[in-house]
Amino acid sequence: MAEKKKSWKEIPIGGLILEAGNAKEYKTGGWRTFRPEKNDKKCTNCLFCWMYCPDSSIKVEDGKMAGFDYEHCKGCGICASVCPVKCIDMKKE
Amino acid sequence: MAQTKSKKIPLTGDQAVATAMKQIDPDVVAAYPITPQTEIVMYFSNYVANGQVSTELIPVESEHSAMSACVGASAAGARTMTATSANGLALMWEIVYIAASLRLPIVMPVVNRALSGPINIHCDHSDTMGARDSGWLQIYCESGQEVYENTILAVRIAEHKDILLPVMVCQDGFITSHAVEGIQLLDDKKVKEFVGEYKPAHSLLDVEHPVTYGPLDLQDYYFEHKRQQSEAMKGALKILPELFNEFEKTFGSKYDFIDTYKLEDADIAIIALSSTAGTSRGVIDELRAQGIKAGLLRPRVFRPFPREKILDALKNIKAVAVLDRAESFSAEGGPLYTEIKAALYDSNIKPLAVNYIYGLGGRDIFPDDIESVFSDLSGILKNNKVSNPINYLGSRE
Repeated sequence: MAEKKKSWKEIPIGGLILEAGNAKEYKTGGWRTFRPEKNDKKCTNCLFCWMYCPDSSIKVEDGKMAGFDYEHCKGCGICASVCPVKCIDMKKE
Repeated sequence: MAQTKSKKIPLTGDQAVATAMKQIDPDVVAAYPITPQTEIVMYFSNYVANGQVSTELIPVESEHSAMSACVGASAAGARTMTATSANGLALMWEIVYIAASLRLPIVMPVVNRALSGPINIHCDHSDTMGARDSGWLQIYCESGQEVYENTILAVRIAEHKDILLPVMVCQDGFITSHAVEGIQLLDDKKVKEFVGEYKPAHSLLDVEHPVTYGPLDLQDYYFEHKRQQSEAMKGALKILPELFNEFEKTFGSKYDFIDTYKLEDADIAIIALSSTAGTSRGVIDELRAQGIKAGLLRPRVFRPFPREKILDALKNIKAVAVLDRAESFSAEGGPLYTEIKAALYDSNIKPLAVNYIYGLGGRDIFPDDIESVFSDLSGILKNNKVSNPINYLGSRE
């Protein structure tokens, strides 16, 4: 996070963003007060959490829920709320 | 030089602007009618309905929507224009700033009219003077001919790659917007060549080069973007002379940041914007016949503020009256006066300076009023003192 910020001469005018798909460079994990944690034994891999996550922070591998992207997860708790088997707990950071 | 102008054709200032818009043939016009701008949109709508232009005309439900649609169209890469007056400009306010911040080269003729309230539809400069810090360039025109030609010129100014800022082209409501004047039109083909094809640097419709307009911009970069805007505005001071020259070479009309009349050897001078300058010229001729060395300075470009040009023009003036057709309610005088005084502060030029607020809500300014200002200036010069710096010319005591 300690990158040197650019001068007014080095950035596009008008606040324009000239490249696509760069939102992932903005790390929002630091906003989190509660972190989601998964109880693997209860998880049925229904992927409701993946569908509902507003920050695309549910990792999926081979069609299975594979954890959280803590660099971007803001800890909103929607995944824990929608989980039908209540296998996601929100733990204080 | 080849014939580039028509014989004089009787047109109102609004018709002249609509004609300029027809010749520019912008991609998009989004506008809402408001007196005294209405005729611009009305005549331009005819051109659209008659197929004389290829413009997409968006008849919106308010000026806030007009400027919003202009921002969207301009960001999508369209050459975009609108026009407004007074309360319409006030309703656009939020988006007026956004247009400048996003560096969108929108051209907006503004027919100056008093802001409410009490409600009034006649000329003063309270509308655009309020928008003087919005990041738009502002050109104030004295006549229909000037507003016609400067509407065309403004397209090139706004779209210049090192400016990329929106431009307001102002004229006095009713006084020039509705008065019929003999106007020489420029050749259609030459105007088309002069404005050229708009090639936007960053278009929302260019899917090969995706761009985001208007993202959140917080403590870490907002300030840099504002700095870019102010550098672009300062840079316009250097670029405008090139465009003035090109316009003169193409069409034969000479424009500059300022216009002067019998100022070189003048002792006393009036500074005024737009149509009041015309009234002043006649009075100056009469005073000159009596041996009084009176002159006129008319700033044409108010944003960016042409400090050096103004100082140079005032260098031999002993006493100057700044006429403001807008009150800023600052208790320090009108906007033109305070900016002229600020420019004088760190120069060696120190004329005695006095302010007159005049013509609010369309109150007529007569030659006798101008003459009384010059008479006051003669007194100020004789006493070498300004005893009453802020005056209200034509207001009943």
